[in-house]
Amino acid sequence: MAILLAVSGFLGISVGSAGSSFGDVIDVFRGRINMDSPEAVIIRQIRFPRVVLAAAVGATLALGGLVFQALLRNPLAEPYILGISGGSAVGAIMGMMAGLALFPWVSFLAFAGSMATLALVLALIAGRASLNKDALLLGGVMMNAFCGAIIMFLISLSQSGQVQHILFWLMGDLSLVDMERLFILALILPCFIIIFVLARPMNLLLMGRDAAMAMGINVRVVTSTLLITTSFMVSVVVCQSGLIGFIGLVIPHIFRLIIGPDHRLLVPVCLLGGSSYLILCDLLARVLPAHGEMPVGIITALIGAPLFIFLLWRAKR
Amino acid sequence: MSAVSLQGLCCRYGEKQVLKGLSLEVNKGEFFVVIGPNGSGKTSLLKTLARLITPESGQIRFFGRSLDEYSRKELARLVAYVPQQMVLDFPFTVAETVLMGRSPYLGLVGLEQQKDYEIAEQAMEFTDVIHFADRRLDQLSGGELQRVIIARAICQEPEIILLDEPTASLDPAHQIKIMDLMERFRKEKGITVIMVSHDLNMAAMYGNRLVLMKNGIEVKTGTPETVFTYDLLEKTYGCLMLVDESPLGQVPRVVPVPGRFVNCRK
Repeated sequence: MAILLAVSGFLGISVGSAGSSFGDVIDVFRGRINMDSPEAVIIRQIRFPRVVLAAAVGATLALGGLVFQALLRNPLAEPYILGISGGSAVGAIMGMMAGLALFPWVSFLAFAGSMATLALVLALIAGRASLNKDALLLGGVMMNAFCGAIIMFLISLSQSGQVQHILFWLMGDLSLVDMERLFILALILPCFIIIFVLARPMNLLLMGRDAAMAMGINVRVVTSTLLITTSFMVSVVVCQSGLIGFIGLVIPHIFRLIIGPDHRLLVPVCLLGGSSYLILCDLLARVLPAHGEMPVGIITALIGAPLFIFLLWRAKR
Repeated sequence: MSAVSLQGLCCRYGEKQVLKGLSLEVNKGEFFVVIGPNGSGKTSLLKTLARLITPESGQIRFFGRSLDEYSRKELARLVAYVPQQMVLDFPFTVAETVLMGRSPYLGLVGLEQQKDYEIAEQAMEFTDVIHFADRRLDQLSGGELQRVIIARAICQEPEIILLDEPTASLDPAHQIKIMDLMERFRKEKGITVIMVSHDLNMAAMYGNRLVLMKNGIEVKTGTPETVFTYDLLEKTYGCLMLVDESPLGQVPRVVPVPGRFVNCRK
């Protein structure tokens, strides 16, 4: 898996509309080429940050889907379906329309938005003995629809110059990146570690709340830690990349079909698989159109949905 | 010292008071069966013992030590709980499921050691599931699945094992197989078994002592002979039941009488 990530990362850096050979890339990293030449600048300042961003976003969304599927014991769950991405999108769009700086304000608003949706979803089902999985999912679906309406409302208010920018962003866009923004992404690394540590309790949660508790798991603490951690990293990623769908649904599913439901394996594998997948999708999004590029969210869905159906069909037989 | 001791246990499930001041003693190494009509609080009692429900008031002690003094992990090493139903949304294999029983002994990220694998293997041999250790849970029959869950509980190396209607959906042969398994495990390891059951004859055959419950209180505790009387059963279940001796001898046999439902409102 690590090899796959390395290969796709290298491809992502090497291939682009300006064209440069694999050899150039190696030369740039070994410092053998003039650092001010156009190739070097493109590779160092445009493609490299972009590949890193794609890797981080892909890993986060795949893990986010994995965690939510485990918590809700529902293979359809992912941050989008629960409205958590939608909530952070509302926050981020408000920030963009107000013309705030991406960091820290838009990021902060996105996080606030996702936490607000999470809090609302949880409040909907509060007062029950525990987190009821169907109620949580239903609450999320409603929040998602509500956020969608607010996003449309905000778009209808915004000036024509902003509309294209926001729409592109909504479809999932990795083109707005530079080295500085990548440092913000370092915030998600501790989240990965937390999720990895909680992989074994997640296995037990799949056996049901009672069974997990009877085997010594503090279900309430584990569940809320995972919910907050995941919402945080998803909101960090959403305001960097917009709404990129399907990774959270497809990647965990594919690997669960291949290596089984043990989260101690699934967490690292989804992390690597998610990042490779998005790097390659982004590569296609840059290369396929004759002019310019298309939002990567279109590619992830176009590849993800049929692949998912195929795997489902194969597993049934 | 008794393995489990309850004093004035009260418990609420939502609006409804399900246990109303229950006091019980269960001896170490005993096969103890909880019986009573639907809604009498049997499962709530079991869940309270496994600390899945927090009691409103009253005392629970395991081996003289109060339930509150145990951490979740400590409790999981002492008490194993076998739920009525198994969640099968994500199909683990039999071996993976049984191995999960080791989790109270592992650290936070902890990986299983050689010893944990050995214990899981023994548990799978004991419950006769080892020959399909690599099958997925959703490919098993009801009896096989029940044995897998029991193997997981055995893997926890508990002192006390709580069973919630372990034979409810099984054919008679599998019922006996499960019950014999529990009885053998109890005798070999000297552990305490507390089982909830609707099957009165099963309760009489395997239980050392029984508690008959109704509406969250104890009606009668004692050996099957003292609990299974015509009077008590009719009063508790509201249905005529004949009691005679089982053809096996030495245990009472209960036969519900068709068409003789008694209208008894408290």
